[in-house]
Amino acid sequence: MSMVLDIVVMGLIKGSIYALLAISFSLIFGVARIVNIAHTAFYMVAAYCIYTATHYLGWHPVPAMLIAIVISILLGMITYKLVLNPIREHEGAVLIATMAIAMIFQEIMTLAFTGTYLSVPNLIDGFIEILGVKVFNQQLLTLGSAVVVMVLLVLFLFKTKLGLALRSTAQDREVANLMGINESKVAMITMGIAIGLAGFAGAIVVPLEILEPHMWTTPLVMMMAVVVLGGLGSLKGSFVAAYIMGFTEASVVFLSPQGAFLKVSVALLIMIIVLLIRPEGLFGVYFEEER
Amino acid sequence: MKLILFYLRKLLAVVRNEVLVLPSRVAVIIFFLFILLLPSFTDDVYILRVFTLTCIFAIFAASWDLLCGFTGQLNFGHALFFGVGAYSAALMNIHWQLAPWFSIPLGALVAVAAGLTVGIPALRLKGTYLALTTMAFPIIVIGLIFTFPGFTGGELGISGIQKLAPTRIEEYYVISILMLVLCTIMWKITDSNTGIIFHAIREDEIAVRASGVNTTRYKLLAFCLSGFFAGLAGGLYAHFMRIVGPSTLDVSLSFQVVIWSIFGGAATIYGPVAAVFFLYPTLELFHLIQDYRTIVFAIVVLLVLIFMPDGLFRWLREKVEEECPRCKVRNVAWRKTCRVCTASLE
Repeated sequence: MSMVLDIVVMGLIKGSIYALLAISFSLIFGVARIVNIAHTAFYMVAAYCIYTATHYLGWHPVPAMLIAIVISILLGMITYKLVLNPIREHEGAVLIATMAIAMIFQEIMTLAFTGTYLSVPNLIDGFIEILGVKVFNQQLLTLGSAVVVMVLLVLFLFKTKLGLALRSTAQDREVANLMGINESKVAMITMGIAIGLAGFAGAIVVPLEILEPHMWTTPLVMMMAVVVLGGLGSLKGSFVAAYIMGFTEASVVFLSPQGAFLKVSVALLIMIIVLLIRPEGLFGVYFEEER
Repeated sequence: MKLILFYLRKLLAVVRNEVLVLPSRVAVIIFFLFILLLPSFTDDVYILRVFTLTCIFAIFAASWDLLCGFTGQLNFGHALFFGVGAYSAALMNIHWQLAPWFSIPLGALVAVAAGLTVGIPALRLKGTYLALTTMAFPIIVIGLIFTFPGFTGGELGISGIQKLAPTRIEEYYVISILMLVLCTIMWKITDSNTGIIFHAIREDEIAVRASGVNTTRYKLLAFCLSGFFAGLAGGLYAHFMRIVGPSTLDVSLSFQVVIWSIFGGAATIYGPVAAVFFLYPTLELFHLIQDYRTIVFAIVVLLVLIFMPDGLFRWLREKVEEECPRCKVRNVAWRKTCRVCTASLE
C-alpha cells in the first residue's frame, strides 16, 4: 500500500513538472513555430539562480524564486530578440541556434559552479503522514503550486484578450495578422510567458532535485516525448500525456530493480508504441500539410 | 606510348577546362591532396589522431545529411546509428574475436537494422514530430546498456578492442581513404536517380507519390543507407578509440551532428564534411583554453547562423560562383559571360 502511495506522489509531481514544461513548449511552438531545444536550459538557469541567491547572498528562498523567474523571462526575451527573431524563417537554423544557446548556458553554469552536484534547501520543512507514508511538505508545495499555475495559465489563455490573440496566432498566423494582431509582438510575449513557466518549473522542483550543468537533458527528452505523445499543439494532450509519463516513470522506479536506469526508456517506449497506433498523438489533430 | 600521351593530354584538358575554372572544384582537389599528403608534412601523433577522428565524424555528418538534408526526415537521434554500430563492432570483436574487417561491416549491418526499426514508425510522422520522436531511440538504448552492465560494460563501456592497424599512420590512411571513398559514394547517391527521388520527397511527398513512386520504400532506403554509413563510422570509431562507452549514444552527439551539418549547409554532402573539417580541428586547437572552448564553439555557430542561415559553405559557394541564367552551368562570379554559352552574366 505504501508503495502505491509513493508512486502516486512521485507520479503527480513528475507529471506536473512535465505538464508545465510541455505546455509552455507547445505554446512557443504553436505561436512562433520555434522548436525550442533550449527550453529546459532556462529551467536549469532558474534553478542555479535560486542556488546563487540562497547560498551566496543568503536570501530567503521565496524572493530568490521570484528573481529567478524574472531573470529567466528576461533572458528568454533577449535571446528571442537577438538570436531567434532574425532567423525565424529558417527552420534548421532555429533548431541549432536553440541547441547552441542551451550549450552556452550549460557551459556558463559549468564555469561558474563547476560540475559538482549541488542542492538547495527546502522551502518548508517537515512532513505529514498519509496512510502511514511520509510525504514531505516540500513535495506537496511543489505539487500545489504547479497545479495553481496551470489553472492560472488556462484562465489566461481562455478568458483574456491576450490569450485569445495567442490562440488565434497559433491557429493561423496570417489570418491573425490580417485581423490586426501584431504577430511578432505576440510571439515575443509568448516567448516570455513560456520561458517564465519553464523557470517556474525549475524553481519549484529545485529543492527535490540535484543541481548540475547537465540537468536539462533528461527533462528535455521527457518534455519532447510528452509533447509528441499528447499531440503537438494540443494543451489538453500535453496535460494528459505528462501525467501518463510521470506515472510510468514513478512506477518503473518503484517496481523494477533497475528502475532508475530504465525509467526513461520505458516511458519513451510507451510513447513510440502509442505513436505506432495513433501517429498524431493522443489528442492531436492531423493537420493537412501546408504546401 | 601514343595512347598514354593521348590520355594524358585529355586529362590535362579536362583539368584545365572543367576543374580549374571553378573555385569549388579546385577546393575539392586541394582537399583530397591535403588529406592524402598530411602524414608527409607531420608525423605528430596528436595531429594525426585529431584528423583521424575528424574523418570519422565527417562520414557521420555526411550520413546525417543524406537522411535529413536530402530526404527531409529530420533525425535528432542520429547517435543511435553511430552508437549501435560502435557497440556491435566492439561486442563482435570482444566476444567472437572477429577482425576489424568483419566486425565493422557487420556492425554497420546491425545499424541498418536499427535504421529500419526507427524508419518504420517514422514513416507515419513528419517534420518536427519526427524530429522529437527520433530523439527517444538512443536514450532507450542507453537505458538498456545501463540495465545489463554484465554484457555491455554499463557506464564504463567496453575496452580492449582490437586496433584497426598497427601504427597511427596506417590507421590514419585506412580511415581517411575510407572517408574520401564513402563521402564520394554518398555524393554520387544524392546525384543519382535515387537521390533525386530523395530530394523530391523532401520537397513534396504527395507529388512524388502521385508520380507513381513508392515513397515508403525510398524513405526506408534512406534510413537504411544513412544507418549503414553512420554505423561504419561508429565501427571505425570503436576500433580507433579501442573503447566504446555510452557517450557514443549521447544526446549531445546527436546534437553535434545536426550542428555540423546545418552549419556547413544541409543537403549538399560537401557542406557537412567541410564543416566537420573546419570545426573539429579548430575546437581541438582551442585546447589551450580548455574551459572556454565549448562556449566559444557555440558562439561562433550562433554568429555564423545569424548572418548566413543557409550554412557557411553554401554561402561561400554562392559568393564565388553563379549559375548561368541560360544554360544553368556554373561560372566564376567575376566572369562577364558564361563559359559555355557566352550569355551575359551581368
